[in-house]
Amino acid sequence: MIALEEISKTFGTNQVLRGVELEIATGRSMVIIGGSGTGKSVLLKCILGLVTPDAGRITIDGQDITTGDRDVMLSRFGMLFQGGALFDSMPVWQNVAFRLLSGRLRRSRDDARAVALAKLRRVGLGADVADRYPAELSGGMQKRVGLARAIAADPEIIFFDEPTTGLDPIMAGVINTLIREIVTELGVTAVTITHDMSSVRAIADDVAMLHAGKIRWTGPIGAMDDAGDPYLEQFVHGRAEGPIEALR
Amino acid sequence: MTGLTAPLASVGRSTLQFLASIGRVSLYVVQILRHMVTPPFYPEELLKAVLRIGYFSLPVVGLTALFTGAALALQIFAGGSRFNAEAVVPSIVAIGMVRELGPVLVGLMIAGRVGASVAAEIGTMKVTEQIDALLTLSTHPMKYLVVPRVLAAVLTVPILVAIGDSIGILGGYLVGVTTLGFNAAAYLQNTVDFLEQWDVLSGLIKGGVFGFVVATMGCYHGMSSARGAQGVGRATINAVVSSSALILASNYLLTSIFFSA
Repeated sequence: MIALEEISKTFGTNQVLRGVELEIATGRSMVIIGGSGTGKSVLLKCILGLVTPDAGRITIDGQDITTGDRDVMLSRFGMLFQGGALFDSMPVWQNVAFRLLSGRLRRSRDDARAVALAKLRRVGLGADVADRYPAELSGGMQKRVGLARAIAADPEIIFFDEPTTGLDPIMAGVINTLIREIVTELGVTAVTITHDMSSVRAIADDVAMLHAGKIRWTGPIGAMDDAGDPYLEQFVHGRAEGPIEALR
Repeated sequence: MTGLTAPLASVGRSTLQFLASIGRVSLYVVQILRHMVTPPFYPEELLKAVLRIGYFSLPVVGLTALFTGAALALQIFAGGSRFNAEAVVPSIVAIGMVRELGPVLVGLMIAGRVGASVAAEIGTMKVTEQIDALLTLSTHPMKYLVVPRVLAAVLTVPILVAIGDSIGILGGYLVGVTTLGFNAAAYLQNTVDFLEQWDVLSGLIKGGVFGFVVATMGCYHGMSSARGAQGVGRATINAVVSSSALILASNYLLTSIFFSA
């Protein structure tokens, strides 16, 4: 289980997180929703240790993430970045097999390539893509490669940062389905941040809404539509009128 | 009162910012040195960096050195002829190239070519979250991106300086023999006779220092790049300007250490 206790983070004068409390159960798919600039990405980066919270504690299976071997901790994670974040200096297969080409999970080059090809196949990409460079791929294909990289080392926890941003609705639907399948198939704990409600309905077991630096509402996806929270309702239905102020 | 103190406050603020940036760069250098001696190491990345920084800089270094050596020969000849000292052309070209012009010009060329490309590449990686991706893949950007580039620059720039020195002397020789009427064998003999081992060695040491400066500044500004294309552009400019200024300043410092009586 991933547990966040009283997480706060301020950048300059902007207090982004104001005591976030959240528990993500093992093997569940949690989707964190919230408007742009509400700190969803910061929250994800705090869990990964890319951003250090000013206050609070994050534990994974009871162990504080700031203690113990950081490499061991990170080897349990896979992450799909919003823009793919593929390394444009190396071909697709090396991107996917990156973790297997050096460090503690190192394998032979042939083995790593075989794993990369298998993972690419899993996300619907053929071997012909393996030797191409990320810049030669479309946005949807880059997301798939990012997904293949996220699952390459068989992680226990996968993070998805805005997985459908920049994709057309059909490709977004394809990526959502792919994510749901992979999460179920691998039995991993998944944390997705998004403001795309079609992603929420396709991917989530549980939903948490981040608003004004705090978790406004959390519960199973089935309870989301009848939660009776005006903030959540406004967000889910995408209404301009409501308690959440929208700039016009 | 505010009108009077505002300029002072501005000067104070700039001074503090300048001192803070010196502190940040110093800490960055300490980090680079620490990561240089602690595993894991990435020899494949080092090899790639050696090729990109060293090998692919050869044409620009060669051209710069050739024309500088040639121009230097013309200048020394014209200046020397005022007091009948034309004969010093070979030795002055050789000493001028290996002690000063070779290392400084190669350093400045590398600052423009390598400093800019390193800052732009790492800056782009930062704004497209590739640096974050490296971290989540259990790879320290300092070890994977910075150390190979800095090591490659320290190793290859002295070699580039040596090549630049040779080509510069060749440029002087060509002009001396074809335009200024020097005897080919006498020109070469003069060059060799007056050149000391320390002249060459000091230039190579300067090359190593300049390589370190350029790669460090490129990586530092790339890593500190702000968001967007503008942020990467600014990082690139800062890398070239700061490494060029530091090359000239450290050249003076090194010259005063090496050659002050």
